[in-house]
Amino acid sequence: MEATTGTREAVIPAVELVAITKRFPGVIANQDVHLRVMPGEVHAVVGENGAGKSTLMKILYGMQQPDEGSILVGGQERRFRSPKDAIDVGIGMVHQHFMLADNLTVLENVVLGSEPAKGIALDFVSARSDIVELGDRYGLAVDPDVLVEELAVGERQRVEILKVLYRGAQILILDEPTAVLVPQEVEELFENLRGLKDEGVTIIFISHKLDEVLAIADRITVMRGGRTVATVAPEEVDAHRLAELMVGSELPTPEIRESTVTDVVELDVQGLTVTNDEGRTVLEDVSFVIHRGEVVGIAGVEGNGQRELVDALVGIVRVSDGRVLVGGEDVTNRPTAQIRQLGVGLIPEDRHRQGLLLPSPLWENAMLGHQFGPPFMSGPWIDRGGARSRTREIIDRFGVKAPGPDVPAVALSGGNQQKLVVGREMIAQPQVLIAAQPTRGIDVGAQAAVWEQLRQARAAGMAILLISADLEELIGLSDTLKVILRGRLVATLDPRSVTPEELGGYMTGVRSQEATA
Amino acid sequence: MRWRTAALRALAPITAVVFALLVASVALVLVDRSPITAFVEMAKFAATLKSFISIMNRAYPLYISAIAVAIGFKMGLFNIGVEGQYLFASLLAAWVAASIALPAPLHVLVVLLVAVVVGSAWSGIAGVLKVTRGVHEVISTIMLNFIAFGLVSWLLANFLRQENEPGDLIIKTAEIPASGRFPSLNPLLAAIGLEPPRGSVWQGFLVVAILLGIGYYFLVWRTRFGYELRASGINPGAARAAGVDPDAMVIKTMLLSGAFAGLVAIGPLLGFFNRYTLDFPRQLGFIGIGIALLGRNHPLGMFLGAVLWGFMDRSAQILDLNDIPREIVQIMQGVIVLAVVIAYEVVTRFVEREQVKAAAAATATEATEAEVGEVSA
Ligand SMILES: Nc1ncnc2c1ncn2[C@@H]1O[C@H](COP(=O)(O)OP(=O)(O)OP(=O)(O)O)[C@@H](O)[C@H]1O
Ligand SMILES: [Mg+2]
Repeated sequence: MEATTGTREAVIPAVELVAITKRFPGVIANQDVHLRVMPGEVHAVVGENGAGKSTLMKILYGMQQPDEGSILVGGQERRFRSPKDAIDVGIGMVHQHFMLADNLTVLENVVLGSEPAKGIALDFVSARSDIVELGDRYGLAVDPDVLVEELAVGERQRVEILKVLYRGAQILILDEPTAVLVPQEVEELFENLRGLKDEGVTIIFISHKLDEVLAIADRITVMRGGRTVATVAPEEVDAHRLAELMVGSELPTPEIRESTVTDVVELDVQGLTVTNDEGRTVLEDVSFVIHRGEVVGIAGVEGNGQRELVDALVGIVRVSDGRVLVGGEDVTNRPTAQIRQLGVGLIPEDRHRQGLLLPSPLWENAMLGHQFGPPFMSGPWIDRGGARSRTREIIDRFGVKAPGPDVPAVALSGGNQQKLVVGREMIAQPQVLIAAQPTRGIDVGAQAAVWEQLRQARAAGMAILLISADLEELIGLSDTLKVILRGRLVATLDPRSVTPEELGGYMTGVRSQEATA
Repeated sequence: MRWRTAALRALAPITAVVFALLVASVALVLVDRSPITAFVEMAKFAATLKSFISIMNRAYPLYISAIAVAIGFKMGLFNIGVEGQYLFASLLAAWVAASIALPAPLHVLVVLLVAVVVGSAWSGIAGVLKVTRGVHEVISTIMLNFIAFGLVSWLLANFLRQENEPGDLIIKTAEIPASGRFPSLNPLLAAIGLEPPRGSVWQGFLVVAILLGIGYYFLVWRTRFGYELRASGINPGAARAAGVDPDAMVIKTMLLSGAFAGLVAIGPLLGFFNRYTLDFPRQLGFIGIGIALLGRNHPLGMFLGAVLWGFMDRSAQILDLNDIPREIVQIMQGVIVLAVVIAYEVVTRFVEREQVKAAAAATATEATEAEVGEVSA
């Protein structure tokens, strides 16, 4: 590594993209894009949903081929026919949507595709020690033998990064790595990234969280409508200016208006306990109520029982003890279909795992979870017309960038997929909305719109359970804040007085309410 | 655009067939026969009314079988057990048909019901095993096939056979009375002034098969159940969060698939054989898998696939007479199924690339307009 940090012009860029153009049916995802990334720098790419960030990175990673333009790595022009070609020159990518095989272990996933051959048999012994060593070095420790299926989103991401490092990547692309992390984890990740950078690794980093971008990036490239519009240094700008560059609008903050909480209980959770397949208690004695017109926020580090809580509430996993009442009706261990028809909406934390049928048209996605009646059904038949017009309504009201209700969900950018899921649940006006990471991957402008929609729904009487890794979102939207830690609710806080730092302390168990009270 | 894409997709099976013809030609040349002669003879032979009837009679059971397989495919289940399901269902249906006396339409209806129930139940076992014991349906349906083959022979030989006249050594069930038979379409031929060829029976169950195909389409693409079934096949996690009980869906799908499977050979049973004998048609369940692949689980695609199969089977008969090995047809059938799977993949990629090019042309003008708009705004 002769190159140190620094961006002197004499240094050959680690990566240079020249005049890249990429078209999809009906859209130009990238148009005449230029990007220069110097060796050993952390280069952030920001831009609104659908701006073309992921597409550009997929091109650099060889997953997609540009229609025009060229790619230079270390000053040499390259043509990637597949990710393998990119990996060969030391480029690795962690995708916005994880691409791990659920039913394999961490070890198998990391090794997959780069099997350490020893004769014919895979040499898992040395692979395991390599992984443990890599994990220790970068603070990305995960148990190599657990099934990926059992990992929370945050842990999955660590596996993804490990996988890339394991293949010897010197240029690391991270597509929205922090979307799934809570601030403490983000800090950890940034420590890791700084460490990697010191070893000469070049990092390209996509995020919608502008504060983070300003904190970690050496330089920032802004994309808008498929083009690169500016490259700036973090010292030259602040979050407001960046947002302006991105969407041409002000940076929103979630701020709650006057309370709309009533005393009608919509969701009543009493002593909820869930035991997983191995007999481990993953959720213990969780109790809370949500009133009509109230937002209850759950703060917690990913993997502390949030997923189990959501799954238990909607009947996906069995409740071993306790009760769940929706509008006074006991729905404990009832089938999901019944619970949903009683007026429980769900925005799942991971849109690809639980929220979308990627190859299916948008209108079939819009009816997912709402396939029980109008406007999607008329009598026993699917009402295609009704479904299409409802989809158009979602597209319009929630600003989903999509050509129409018949394109497949896979053709939408990540943020626009998210908007579709949010829109589908909100537009049905459920009594109770379970919103897990509702703005994950949504750009700052659209985020403000979703917040506004949530506020309006709350004012109209919706009871909302908000689970989020974004502490500002939690504090700004919630009427009541609960902290979840190792499957238990450990604190109840007043969002008007709590600071993100305090909240973080409770989430990691550094603070506890018994001690302070 | 949509029509163009559809046309391009139709290219896949056509390419596969052409490719199969090429492979067969090479094989024929290798054994010193003229491919031209072979194909011309086959086509000539198939172009008669008698052949048409024969092709249709061969095609429709395969069509029903393909639908049975396709229902499983649509939710990501691989029902290899259609073979056992239909043989078992046919035997019991034949026995019931010969044992009861009812007025004509009712008699047939009862027999159909028996076939559906037996087929469903047999395939339902695989569903239950999967849900309760986690046994993969491929394994269980293969095993259930073997069990069914054994059971069929044993039941037939020991319990369900008729007492034969002395000298009659063929093991078979008793003959189904006239009220239990399915009417033929021969009168239809007569009505349009065509003389049905001697000895040819155009089996009327074809009509039922077509209705089943239409029913399959509406059920899978137009009802909530079908939507949930497809959703489960595409993304089980999302389907589950949307209120689809995965276990119940597995069982329902297997039951439904088995119900169709039970009907596979009821047409020949009630319209031609009139009893279950040892030379009752076999392999229909396995061929159905190939046809489901060939037709991409599409009601129309599978019908065309089944007819193609019927055509090849029928026209193969002429080859022996011309001293051409009829196995050439089996080679072609195998090659078609393999090639079509590959061809679909290739065409899909090609279509995507075409769409992109079209989009490029369309958006090039749009983009300039957008730019103008931005400047003036
Ligand atoms: N496979 C595809 N087929 C068709 N269109 C696509 C495809 N992939 C992306 N697009 C389109 O290209 C544009 C850019 O998408 P891209 O995923 O690069 O956006 P992004 O900047 O990563 O957005 P986000 O912040 O929402 O993730 C979008 O309009 C999207 O709909
Ligand atoms: Mg993206």
